[in-house]
Amino acid sequence: MTTNYAVQVPRSAVSLQAQQRRLHRALLSALRYAAIAIVLFIFLMPFLWMLLSSFKTQVDITNTRNIFNFTPTLENYQNVFQQYEFLRYLLNSFAVAALSTLFSLILGLPAAYAIARFRLQWLGMILLTARIVPGITFLIPWFIIFSRLGLIGTLVPLVLSHMLVGLPFIAWIMIAFYEELPIELEESAKIDGATPIGAFLRVALPLSMPGVITSAIVAFIFSWNNFMFSLVLADDKTRTLPIAIFNFLTYASVDWGGLMAAAVVITLPVLIITLFVQRYIVRGLTAGATKG
Amino acid sequence: MDFLNRHVRATFVLPAVIFVIAMMIVPILYTSYLSLHVWSGSARRAPEFVGLSNYERLFTRDPRFGDAVARTFVFTGIAVGAELVLGLGVALLINGKFLGHNLVKTLILLPMVATPVAIGMAWLLLYEPNIGALNALLRALNLPPQDFLGSSSTALLWLAVVDIWQWTPLMALILLAGLAALPEEPYEAARVDGANTWQRFTRLTLPLLFPTIIAATLLRSIDALKTFDIIYTMTRGGPGFATETINTYGYIQAFEYFQLGQASSLLIVFFTLILGVSLFFIRFRRRWGAAL
Repeated sequence: MTTNYAVQVPRSAVSLQAQQRRLHRALLSALRYAAIAIVLFIFLMPFLWMLLSSFKTQVDITNTRNIFNFTPTLENYQNVFQQYEFLRYLLNSFAVAALSTLFSLILGLPAAYAIARFRLQWLGMILLTARIVPGITFLIPWFIIFSRLGLIGTLVPLVLSHMLVGLPFIAWIMIAFYEELPIELEESAKIDGATPIGAFLRVALPLSMPGVITSAIVAFIFSWNNFMFSLVLADDKTRTLPIAIFNFLTYASVDWGGLMAAAVVITLPVLIITLFVQRYIVRGLTAGATKG
Repeated sequence: MDFLNRHVRATFVLPAVIFVIAMMIVPILYTSYLSLHVWSGSARRAPEFVGLSNYERLFTRDPRFGDAVARTFVFTGIAVGAELVLGLGVALLINGKFLGHNLVKTLILLPMVATPVAIGMAWLLLYEPNIGALNALLRALNLPPQDFLGSSSTALLWLAVVDIWQWTPLMALILLAGLAALPEEPYEAARVDGANTWQRFTRLTLPLLFPTIIAATLLRSIDALKTFDIIYTMTRGGPGFATETINTYGYIQAFEYFQLGQASSLLIVFFTLILGVSLFFIRFRRRWGAAL
């Protein structure tokens, strides 16, 4: 930045002060960028470390003196998929997350619409309660009932339990969404002869697609991440990724490279989704805490 | 179809209501029923009614429970307290425009959407006393290496650090939304009156942000009290019982010891506790509703 002294010659005192202020501001701004860089480093470092270690052999991981001096290997990823059958668990996780999200949408969208349109606050509160109550309170009855019905070993208990995770998020995001949606369009559709169900399916639902996608993504991520329900309700065949990775630890000596490769496999899809839809996710996570 | 249209409220709401009753309300009632019985889950021996003695034992003859309750609150206090202070710092740091503003807001989302079990695994490697990155850093700085999760006096603190790392971004993003919604006028008036940055922060920003701060703190506290995934996967409540919280103790009693009656009484107490905190939150929100 250059200052044109020729224009402001007689006011050197003032310009000195202005120059000082500008320097001060530049310094502050540099400090701010440095602080932001440090904050980002702290929040990203565990991910980078995980990624780095997943390409190392056990020997390279043990060597803490030369962190960056190693020959990258894909062996850990090979082991994870061949030796530990991660493809099966990946598919289980995906099936459970997709199905529980789909069914949560089928139950949650009409309910959210009705709560918003007919002011059924009591139902909204009950659905919020599902988000608040500790999940472990349901686990003993679920385990007993699903065992008696012979459903442990199928995906049914996993999908049903994960729906209780997804449904409150979908309901809370969508209630807010439908409350903001102008009612006039539905009313004019009804004048044109649409039934109430038709007005919801052909008018309100298409207009609410951005909200539907947001809430579906949040529900999917929370099902994908869920540990406790799957820990109790899955068996060897229906295990989801979080359980599979946890079982790594029970081996006598920890295969750190494999463990980190598994952690990358499970985290990467979520991180990629998040990078694309970040602004919706904050809204989903804070549903019920802030308005709108 | 005609029938469904005539009863449109019931059509929209009933599937979700039935699901919530079957998956949430029935299990809670069943857990309360079991809390008055002694049972190991055996199909051949029915639950034996014992009145309130499970509760009596919990409060008078089970020191492990009292310790778990205390630890749950210590963990929550440390984690949420630090998240509030650090979250406010991060929010102020990234408030307003700067180059890469959106990228920073996206990247700090990653800790809270990543799978908790995978995060637990990554931090296990960071904390590993011999090959972990944190001790390597300490050694490089000529500081004494730590035992981290291996020491019963500090393990809970290091678990709280993981929670702080994971959830400070959420706190920051909620507070950032709060900051963006603050009115301009008081700040202009303060500038005219010659208030400095610190005075503007303590006399204006903090009081104006107070409702958001309380809402975010309560929301985080409800979740922190329920923390299960990182504790169970990283320490299983150990060493000894040094990191056992209500949630992990309840899980172990139910699914490792199969003391279903005793576990149920614990879970009912836990459920009541969380519901109490939540009701406080809801009442608070109603009172300050306009500001949230």
